Amino acid sequence: MSATSDPSKTDTGTMPTIRPLRLGALRRRGRLLRRLWSDAPISVIGGVGVLLFLLLALIGPYLTPYNPIANNFAERSETPSLAHPFGTDNFGRDILSRIIYGGRNIFALTGSATLIAVGLGLVIGLYVGYLGGWIDQIVMRLIDALLALPALLLTLLLLGALGNSRFTVLVAIVILYVPIVTRVVRSVVLDIKTKAYIEAAEIGGESRFHILFREMLPAVLPTLAVEGALRFSYAIFLVASLGFLGLGVTRPEPDWGLMVSEARDWYALSPHMMFFPAAAIVTLVVCVNLMADGLRRLLEYSEVD
Amino acid sequence: MTAYLIRRVLFFGLTLLLTSLIVFAAVRLLPGDVETAVLGRGAEPAARAALREELGLDLPFFMQYGNWLSGFLSGDWGNSYAMKLPIMPLVMERLGNSLRLALIAMLIAVPPSVLLGLFAGLNEGKLFDTVFSLGSLILVGIPEFVMGIILINVVALGWGILPPSASVPPDASFGEALPRLILPSLTAAAVLLAYIGRLTRVGVIAEMRRTYVRTAVLKGLRWRQVIFKHVLRNALLPTITVIAISLGWLISGLVVIENVFAYPGLGRLMVFAIQQRDLPLILGGVMIAVTVFALANLIADLLYAALNPRIRLG
Repeated sequence: MSATSDPSKTDTGTMPTIRPLRLGALRRRGRLLRRLWSDAPISVIGGVGVLLFLLLALIGPYLTPYNPIANNFAERSETPSLAHPFGTDNFGRDILSRIIYGGRNIFALTGSATLIAVGLGLVIGLYVGYLGGWIDQIVMRLIDALLALPALLLTLLLLGALGNSRFTVLVAIVILYVPIVTRVVRSVVLDIKTKAYIEAAEIGGESRFHILFREMLPAVLPTLAVEGALRFSYAIFLVASLGFLGLGVTRPEPDWGLMVSEARDWYALSPHMMFFPAAAIVTLVVCVNLMADGLRRLLEYSEVD
Repeated sequence: MTAYLIRRVLFFGLTLLLTSLIVFAAVRLLPGDVETAVLGRGAEPAARAALREELGLDLPFFMQYGNWLSGFLSGDWGNSYAMKLPIMPLVMERLGNSLRLALIAMLIAVPPSVLLGLFAGLNEGKLFDTVFSLGSLILVGIPEFVMGIILINVVALGWGILPPSASVPPDASFGEALPRLILPSLTAAAVLLAYIGRLTRVGVIAEMRRTYVRTAVLKGLRWRQVIFKHVLRNALLPTITVIAISLGWLISGLVVIENVFAYPGLGRLMVFAIQQRDLPLILGGVMIAVTVFALANLIADLLYAALNPRIRLG
C-alpha cells in the first residue's frame, strides 16, 4: 500500500520501539478495564454474557443430542426435566436445542449484517466527511430520505419487494444502518479534519487512502465500536420482532421471535414454551446494551486522558 | 428565523419527495404481477392488457411515478387491490387509530420519564441513579411483543382487570374504547419511558457540569430555583427532539404492538398490505407514516429553535 509506494516515508527500522509500545498499550487497556470494573461492573458482566451467548452459538450444537426441527410426539409439551432442561414444545422438540440453533441463526444474521453496515458506513462516512462539497451534500440528503422511513416499515417494504427471506432481512438491516453509521463517522471526521496532524499529513503529500485509513481511522474507531454495539442490539431486536410477525423466517426453522409467537396458543398449558425463548431474547439484548454502555464508558475514559 | 423556517420546510419537502421515490421504486420491484392480483388467475390476455393500460403500468417508470405523485397530492390514492376500497379514507381511519394509541402512550410515558430522568441525573452515581440506569437499560431491552404478551397474560388473563384484545369496533365512543387501549398504550409507554428517561438524565448531567450552574449557586440562588429555572429548561431542550424522534420509533413499535393486541391501526394494515402484495395500499400507508414522522421532526426542530435563545437563525 502507501508504505511501499511512498518514498517520503523514512521511519523504517523502528523494530526495537514496537515491543515496549505494545506492552504499554496492553497495560493501559488493562488499567481501563479495571477502572470499568470498579465503576460499572455490570457492563463487564454484560460483555461476558455476550461472549457466553456467542460461545453457546458456536459449540452448542455439539453439546445437545437433539435435532431442533425433528418432531417427537412421544415427548410432547414436557415441562423442564434433566433430559430436557427447558422442556419440550407441542411437537416434542427440545426447547434448549431450538434456542441454541436459533441463537446461531441470530448471531450469523445480525452479526454479519451489522459488520457489513458498519464497514460500509465507515468507508462512506470517511470519504464524504473528508471530501465535503457537493458529494457530501448529495449523500447527506439521501441519508435524510432513508432515515425518514421508520425502520420496521422499510424492512416490511423490502420483505415485500425482495421476498420473505433471511437474505432480505440482512439487506434491510444493512440499508437501515449504513446511513446511521455514516452520519456518526462523518461527524467524527468533521471534528478531526482540522487537527494539526491531518494537515501535517496533507502537507507531507500522503495519499488520500493513507490520510483516511491510517491517520483518521484510529480516531474514529472508538466511537464506531460504541455505535456498532448499539446497532447490533437493535438488529437483534428487529430480527426478533420480525420473527414474531412471522417474517423473514420459515417454519420449522428455530427462531426466538417465532417461538414466542407460536407459544402464545399454548400459554395456558405450557408457559415454559414461551418463557425460555422470550428470556433468551431479553437476556441477549440487555447484555449487548450493557456491553455498549461499557464501551461508551471506556471511550469517555480515553477522551478524559 | 423566517429564512430558517423556509429552508427547513423546503428540506422537509425535498426529503419527502426523495423518500417517496425510494418507496415507489421499492414497490415497483415487487414480484408477482398486478393483473393476477386484480383479475384473478386465468384472466384473458386482452383483459390483462386493458388493465395494464388503465393502471398506467405500460408507461415509463418516471411517468408512472409522476402520475402517482399528482394523484397522491390531489387526494386520489386509488383503490386497494385486496379490499376493493378507496385507499385514502381507509388509511386515514387507521392512522387516526394509531395516533390515538401513540398519544395515550406519550401521555403515560413523558411526565414520569422526565421526572425520573431529572432525579437520576441530579443524583448521579448514587443508588437511585444506579437503579434507574440499570432498570431503564433492561426495559429498553424488552421487545414490545414480549412486554405486550406479559401484560396480556398477567393483567388481562391473570387478574382479569382489562380486556386482552384491543379490537375496537369502529363506532365505539372514546369511553368504550379506552379500557381496550390501556394495555397496548402501556406496552408502547414502557419503551418510551426508559428511552426518554435515559436521555433526560444525560441532559441533566451535562447541564449540571456547566459553569453557569456553579455561578447560580455561588450567587446565592435557591437550589430549587437553580434546578427548575436554569437546569431543567436547558436539559429539556434536547428532550423535545427526543420526543419527536421517539414518535418515529413508536410507528415501528406500533406495527408489532398492533399485531399483538389485534388493534386496527396503520401498522397492522401495512403488514396485511404487504402480505397481500397490495401495492397502492402499501404506497399510501408508508407515505402517510413517513409524512407524519417527518412532520414530527420538523415541528421538533422549529420548537427547538424557537425555545433556545442561544440559537440565532437566518
